[in-house]
Amino acid sequence: MKTLGYYPGCSLRGGGIELDLSVRALARAAGVELREIEDWNCCGASAAHSLDHALAVALPYRVLALAESQGLSEVLAPCAACFSRLKGTGVRLSRSPELSRRMHELVERPYRGSVSILNINEFVAALLAGGLSEKLTRKLGLKAVAYYGCLLSRGQDIVTNDDAEDPKGMEAAIRAAGCEVLPWNSSNECCGGGFSMSKTGSVLDLSQAVLDEARAAGADLVVTGCPMCHSNLDMRQLELLKRRRIPGAMPILYLSELLGLAAGLEPAALGLDRHFIGSRGLVRGGA
Amino acid sequence: MARIGVFICHCGENIGRTVDCPGVAAAAAKMPGVVLSVDYKYMCSDPGQGMIRKAIEEKKLTGVVVGACSPRMHERTFRAAAAEAGLNPYLLEMANLREHCSWVHSDKAAATQKAIDLVRVMVAKARRDRPLRPIRVPVEPTAMVVGGGIAGIQAALDIAGGGKKVILVERGPSIGGHMARLSETFPTLDCSQCILTPRMVEAASHPNITLMTYSEVDSVEGFVGNFTVTIRRKARYVDPDKCTGCGDCFNKCPLKKIPNEFDAGLGTRRAIYVPFPQAVPNKPVIDAAHCTMLLKGKCGLCAKVCPRGAIDYQDKDRLEKVKVGAVVLATGFQLWDHSAYGEYGGGRLQDVIDGFAFERLASASGPTGGRIQRPSDAKVPKTVVFLQCCGSRDDKAGKKYCSKICCMYTAKHAMLYRHKVHEGRAVVFYMDVRAAGKGYEEFVRRAIEADGAEYVRGRVSRITRRADGTLLVRGADTLAGRPVTIEADLVVLADAVVPRSGSEKLAQLFGVGYDGDGFYSEAHPKLRPVETAAAGVFLAGACQAPKDIPDSVAQASASAAKVLGLFAKPELEREPIIARVNRTSCVHCRACIHACPYGAAKDFDVLDRAGKVVRTTADVNEGLCQGCGTCASVCRSHSVDLDGFTDEQIHAELNALL
Repeated sequence: MKTLGYYPGCSLRGGGIELDLSVRALARAAGVELREIEDWNCCGASAAHSLDHALAVALPYRVLALAESQGLSEVLAPCAACFSRLKGTGVRLSRSPELSRRMHELVERPYRGSVSILNINEFVAALLAGGLSEKLTRKLGLKAVAYYGCLLSRGQDIVTNDDAEDPKGMEAAIRAAGCEVLPWNSSNECCGGGFSMSKTGSVLDLSQAVLDEARAAGADLVVTGCPMCHSNLDMRQLELLKRRRIPGAMPILYLSELLGLAAGLEPAALGLDRHFIGSRGLVRGGA
Repeated sequence: MARIGVFICHCGENIGRTVDCPGVAAAAAKMPGVVLSVDYKYMCSDPGQGMIRKAIEEKKLTGVVVGACSPRMHERTFRAAAAEAGLNPYLLEMANLREHCSWVHSDKAAATQKAIDLVRVMVAKARRDRPLRPIRVPVEPTAMVVGGGIAGIQAALDIAGGGKKVILVERGPSIGGHMARLSETFPTLDCSQCILTPRMVEAASHPNITLMTYSEVDSVEGFVGNFTVTIRRKARYVDPDKCTGCGDCFNKCPLKKIPNEFDAGLGTRRAIYVPFPQAVPNKPVIDAAHCTMLLKGKCGLCAKVCPRGAIDYQDKDRLEKVKVGAVVLATGFQLWDHSAYGEYGGGRLQDVIDGFAFERLASASGPTGGRIQRPSDAKVPKTVVFLQCCGSRDDKAGKKYCSKICCMYTAKHAMLYRHKVHEGRAVVFYMDVRAAGKGYEEFVRRAIEADGAEYVRGRVSRITRRADGTLLVRGADTLAGRPVTIEADLVVLADAVVPRSGSEKLAQLFGVGYDGDGFYSEAHPKLRPVETAAAGVFLAGACQAPKDIPDSVAQASASAAKVLGLFAKPELEREPIIARVNRTSCVHCRACIHACPYGAAKDFDVLDRAGKVVRTTADVNEGLCQGCGTCASVCRSHSVDLDGFTDEQIHAELNALL
């Protein structure tokens, strides 16, 4: 793997900018070029499929068609929601020539179905297999719990190489970073997802439950791959701390950040200084 | 010249409604070779059969075609009638005007034309029928029962009671099967051991039963009445003739921590062991996978303490050949492995156990002496949650089918728990309660009403373990329409019933079919529930489908009756529809030998007078051949023909249609 297509999506330009920074930094460290799809558009996540079925397929269709026309056979979508929409659309198109025909008409671009979409777990695993493991010189020695939420564990035709009820896709990578993976109860529980704004109270309850479980398991930090999970566990944790609903702060790191630290990259270069909950205690020189 | 009689049946209105039967009879009368053609309301009735008998005698018929139902329904009936009138029964053919015609069509004119065509085809065949004689094969009047659980024991006792010899083969060191592991049995709560162990002793001491424990079927040759079975007598390392079962060896064995399979891993055993104190035979075996003497050549303590010198570390597996006439497969079941359910802890939660583990906890002879306690910390659980349909009725991650016994044993578990822990809570999650059986529904009502089991209708979505060890069971109460979370100390999963490991390989040895889940296939789901497609091989118990004890015992007795019926005559008579090889034209390409699913097609050496092999051809064993015709269809030199369905006859049938 030398060159990989790259689809940042909206969150990696906004709330999840540290995911973008750390994924790019990690790819550089592993000697992999990320080629951003030119003229990409919104994947439609959370909003489109609750409004219009055609639009919900048409938006990812256009992204896939662009990637294909730009010669990208493998595309990394670090955001879990983007991954789910893009890959799910690919699966639906492959099963229905009729849908493909309609989308071709609507988007006015052909798509033959040659693009495969990687999520962050698959991306990291591929980097490790490609030689990144040897570059992880810094053993972090932390106790971590792996948090998958829904979009990195569910959709039986989308997350095809993991068990929805007992996901394990991050564990090898976390261990490669010199961390212990603790068993715990909330690896695929809901964080509250897109209700962060509209039903903040419910999201606080759900995030608190996940954080309580992580603490009960004895974790130093929670590792996640999804910007939505990250925002609900990281940003909303401030409110939980303010209301004294949790006894202390729990750092939430992206998998790519953890691997970046293990590779000896600067915390600031990975975007660790952008979190609401600091991770200074975890590693020397941490933000 | 052929003199064919045609008899068209109305089958009440079944055929008559859609087919013009008198019209068919009139058309058949004009077909070549037909000397008589009539129709009648019920041809299978006594007057109907009488018409056929009378016509055979009076018209001197050389062949008969009955246009009626499927031959599977009444071919035997009509052939018997023909035989009574002195006609070779294989000169009678049936045209299927019901299942293949009237039942599947509505246009009367077209259906009538099709019926005429079907009759014409069978007339063409009947004109080329040859008289055939039933094949006689001698019978070895000894039965073999594979599997020493309750089904196998019952079948063996019934056959032995009927005066025939039985070899009872059991894979484990003791007979008794799963039933020996149960605490009490539904729906009467009688003690499982108390009703089973006397049967075990009876089987072991019956003069007609030879017990072969710690043994497996290695290979099978032969056919109904004449099987030669090679049995692997696994090395026991203990000479059962010298051993008195005193127990000195297993009391001294230093390896004390081996999980006992009999106790579902809750208790421990030694490396030399009897699986449970009431084992039959009550003689230990050495577990070669653990024994340090066998693994590393160190220890030898059991040999030192044995007062009879019965220990033999040099013991080897032995192969023993036996001749048997019939076989009963009673290999039973095991529980589905619930570690496939990540949402229930993926097999990692110590206090989430299966039904057998609970049986051993509740059993007076179990590792806790009947005290219900949880495996992690030996605490008596205050709340036990029972989950039914764990892996059953789940097309995605488990099994499609209903495992049938779980509703009942879960009710029993809840009841036993409440009897032992009065202040405890027993909560049962269920999809439906299926309690069809004598006294079964009453039993479940008793668990709920008299013993206070709380039944919650709904599935459990997740079981998690809190840091303090409490299990959180989250599910839906679909009757109340709300999610529920129960804090439990112990969870018992009613895992699906699946066939015993290795059962598919055994089925292949005997030529018995099995379904996608591995359960053995009976010959007919309603009318031949204990026979298999392999003649002389019968089924008993849960190897065929999930079954409880009463059903297993009933089927075991049924298969014993079938075996005794088979043994009632010194010779077997079977249908002469078998393949024959023309040895003059056979070029010995061996295509038929590879194609034969029953191993009936074999090499045959043609000898000259001096006994020297002149050439080798294919040949078909009359006893093994099931008449499927596969060999005839693959033979490139047209040297194989099927009696009753010759190439000539098939071509004549096709020509009659063109």
